Amino acid sequence: MDFIQLGLGRWLHVLSGVMWIGLLYYFNFVQVPALAEAAKDGTGAGITKHVAPRALFWFRWAAVATWLLGAVILGKHFLDAFLFLKSTYYPIGIGAWLGTIMVFNVWVLIWPNQKKILGLVQATDEEKAKARRVAFLASRTNTMLSIPMLFFMTASGGVFRTAVFG
Amino acid sequence: MKNPLDSLWGTVISGLILTLILYQAVKFYMY
Repeated sequence: MDFIQLGLGRWLHVLSGVMWIGLLYYFNFVQVPALAEAAKDGTGAGITKHVAPRALFWFRWAAVATWLLGAVILGKHFLDAFLFLKSTYYPIGIGAWLGTIMVFNVWVLIWPNQKKILGLVQATDEEKAKARRVAFLASRTNTMLSIPMLFFMTASGGVFRTAVFG
Repeated sequence: MKNPLDSLWGTVISGLILTLILYQAVKFYMY
């Protein structure tokens, strides 16, 4: 049982997490600056039409998979982490909360606004401009939160926690 | 004041500062 929950669970958690955060970094470090450049010579349509929807598909579902697999790994200690019931679970609790806020941002702020930006749902130009700003700031917020989130994820458990927190 | 999240460096530096604050807080409350 431990092999499935902690062994396979952690492996799949990291795999889906790499997909999620990798695409988050792609959006922030590559696609957003590229689209800003492309807007100057009108060459961004291909990115918006063919790349962004695919990237967003894997991005949002990888976020869900990562969170669910994280919950599987926590198992019976889920509440110990989320409610900070035991001090051993404080570091992973912080990481779990940061990850949870990030999943919320993906599904509540980024994806609904991206649907307007990409024309998947009807929106006026004014609504699109507002959606662009909200999605951008939510994405940047997630990039910022990913830094402490990954710190606490990698500094949790066994020798790693001892090394970092004593 | 400019929003630090408007620049990539501002975003990364904000993340590092937040990491430091949370690290100190967790260390403080753990023991």
